[in-house]
Amino acid sequence: MTGTSNGFAVRTERVSRQYAMGQALVHAVDDVSIAVRAGEFVALLGSSGSGKSTLLNLLAGLDRPTSGAIYAHEQNLAGMTSQELAHHRSHTVGMVFQAFNLLPRMTLEENVELPLRLAEVDRAERPARVREAVERVSLAARLSHRPSELSGGEQQRAALARALVNRPTILLADEPTGNLDSVTGDAIMHLLQEINRNLQMTIVMVTHDKVRAARYAHRIITMRDGKLVTEGVSDEIA
Amino acid sequence: MKLRDLTELAARNLREAVLRNSLTTLGIAVGVASLVAMLSLGVGLQELASTRLSRSGLFDAVFVTTQSNMRAFGGPPRPLAERASTQPARKLDDDARQQLAQIKNVVEVYPEVRFPTEVQFEGKPYMTTVAGIAASARADGAFDEMKGAFFSGPEANEAILQIELARDLSKQTDSLIGKDLVLRYAEKQALPPDDVTPVPKHSAADDAPASGGFSLVPRELKLRIIGVVETEPATGFGGFGRGRLLIPLQIAQNLRIAQPTDMREMLRGNTGKPTYETLTVRVRSPKAVEAVEDTIKQMGFGTFSILDATKNMMLFFTVFDSLLLIFGSLALTVASLGIVNTLVMAILERRREIGILKALGAADRDVRRLFFVEAGAMGLLGGVLGVAMGWLIGRALTIGTNAYLKRQELPAIDISSIHWWMVALAIGVSFFVSLAAGMYPASRAARLNPVEALRYE
Ligand SMILES: Nc1ncnc2c1ncn2[C@@H]1O[C@H](COP(=O)(O)OP(=O)(O)OP(=O)(O)O)[C@@H](O)[C@H]1O
Ligand SMILES: [Mg+2]
Repeated sequence: MTGTSNGFAVRTERVSRQYAMGQALVHAVDDVSIAVRAGEFVALLGSSGSGKSTLLNLLAGLDRPTSGAIYAHEQNLAGMTSQELAHHRSHTVGMVFQAFNLLPRMTLEENVELPLRLAEVDRAERPARVREAVERVSLAARLSHRPSELSGGEQQRAALARALVNRPTILLADEPTGNLDSVTGDAIMHLLQEINRNLQMTIVMVTHDKVRAARYAHRIITMRDGKLVTEGVSDEIA
Repeated sequence: MKLRDLTELAARNLREAVLRNSLTTLGIAVGVASLVAMLSLGVGLQELASTRLSRSGLFDAVFVTTQSNMRAFGGPPRPLAERASTQPARKLDDDARQQLAQIKNVVEVYPEVRFPTEVQFEGKPYMTTVAGIAASARADGAFDEMKGAFFSGPEANEAILQIELARDLSKQTDSLIGKDLVLRYAEKQALPPDDVTPVPKHSAADDAPASGGFSLVPRELKLRIIGVVETEPATGFGGFGRGRLLIPLQIAQNLRIAQPTDMREMLRGNTGKPTYETLTVRVRSPKAVEAVEDTIKQMGFGTFSILDATKNMMLFFTVFDSLLLIFGSLALTVASLGIVNTLVMAILERRREIGILKALGAADRDVRRLFFVEAGAMGLLGGVLGVAMGWLIGRALTIGTNAYLKRQELPAIDISSIHWWMVALAIGVSFFVSLAAGMYPASRAARLNPVEALRYE
């Protein structure tokens, strides 16, 4: 949405994240530098354990790098206080997960309202914001339903509405279709594409599905053992 | 997050684990209840003791004796030689009485007139103890709850019965009022001075006609019963609470009753002027007692006041109260451990939820506050509930005690007393203790790593 001086929504500079496993060091993300332009739809590919989720969590400000820098709109997340990181998660990025992660005892409406509470959005403004987000994923009729009363596809759409309700500039999705059948998964992919196009939302999506990545994303970034492998441009981008 | 949103989320969380949270809250309530019950019992008993004592008219009284008398109470006996070397103790006679009455803040000075004797009521004899009651005794509270009336005047031939005597005389104690009884006593009559052989040296200075001895003459006095009193009013030093038949002091003095001490006085040759064994000095207010007592001591008399004794009683209650407080606090401590346990359990259970909240933008601070609000709410609710329970316990104790007292035919008392400051204190303590208990769980929840919390399905 908002352009930055150099046109990058988010980029990393030689970022690493290591875990100490007893004596051994696990290099979950190892010296990775990527740059994602504002409005770009990027797919992050790689085999299991290659570090995709770790990188995504670093971009989200949910985790801190061991070394290197992460810039979101040229603000370095590595130098932020935990309070500022919380603000980044609340206002700049929206997240969706493979497991949907809706709160089971809240209705759809309450789940979508939750980020507004956390961001201290005025109460009077909230119903309209919730409606806007829910309508975008075509779930306006299910507002009072609990997650258990929704299908998998509907739950992921609800999670998408929740990720969008605070009007972030970057959407981070970790295997959003991983728990869905192919038809439902395609519907979600369509929705992501639509959001990317209509809202100029920058999207970074982790996936195992090369075919879908090639069909929907502008660009594919592949990881292996925490490192970057290639940067290919999919056919779709002109 | 705004407080209102925090509260709504906290309320939702509390409702979701309603059984566990209500049990925890109940635990706090029980802790607070025991604190309140013990506090109210401590304060109630203390109030009971001090109102009873002030009813007895002892708080505004100073009992005066000659110094030699005073030493007889407890002090080590002094060798004869030393006793001889000191000045003779000052006599407690009418001059002294006048002088005592002049002291600032003194309302009345009167001797203790109390003697065992026989009364006749409806033809039957009863042994009892008569006590002379000073006019100022009316104000000391002992007669506040009496049946009937106080003496119509200082020289009225009237009697007030202490309830024990009244019960001896009749089953319907109220019906006694208005009836007459006859007091039978022995009057002292002076003998002419020439009958006496030894003339004491210092009696030459006395201008009153010194009498050498006396004879005893039986007399009767008709008295009208005008009241019945439950409490036993003070009549003097060492004699409080033992007068059963109360008559105006003036009447009692005019009777010139033969006292057991008369014999000793006569043998010592102090027969010239009447001296008093003790005098009671009634002071305007308990606050003035200390100053009056000091003045009297400087005049060369021995004094005793109940304030000395109450200091010990207050010490006892301080110890008693702190013991109650310690047990109440222990109960509350156990309850606050319950809060810690419940909230730590909640963290384990809500790991994923906390991770989600953080992913959606919750700061550590928000998570911490959420747990604090939950702990505080349980504390507040437990506090209110606990005060109610504590009040009920206090009531139950009072009702139980009074049921027992009634069977013993004793008057009802209120042993527990709840004040507003106790309510505020209990709820406040419960709230802050709960917040303190929530501190550890809250900071643990706030530090939870969201990536790890979200990893597992
Ligand atoms: N907290 C941790 N402690 C130790 N090692 C970890 C931790 N988190 C991740 N790892 C390791 O880091 C590596 C990368 O993990 P990550 O979850 O990023 O992989 P991924 O590419 O998302 O895999 P998948 O496709 O299965 O989700 C793995 O080898 C993992 O075991
Ligand atoms: Mg992963």
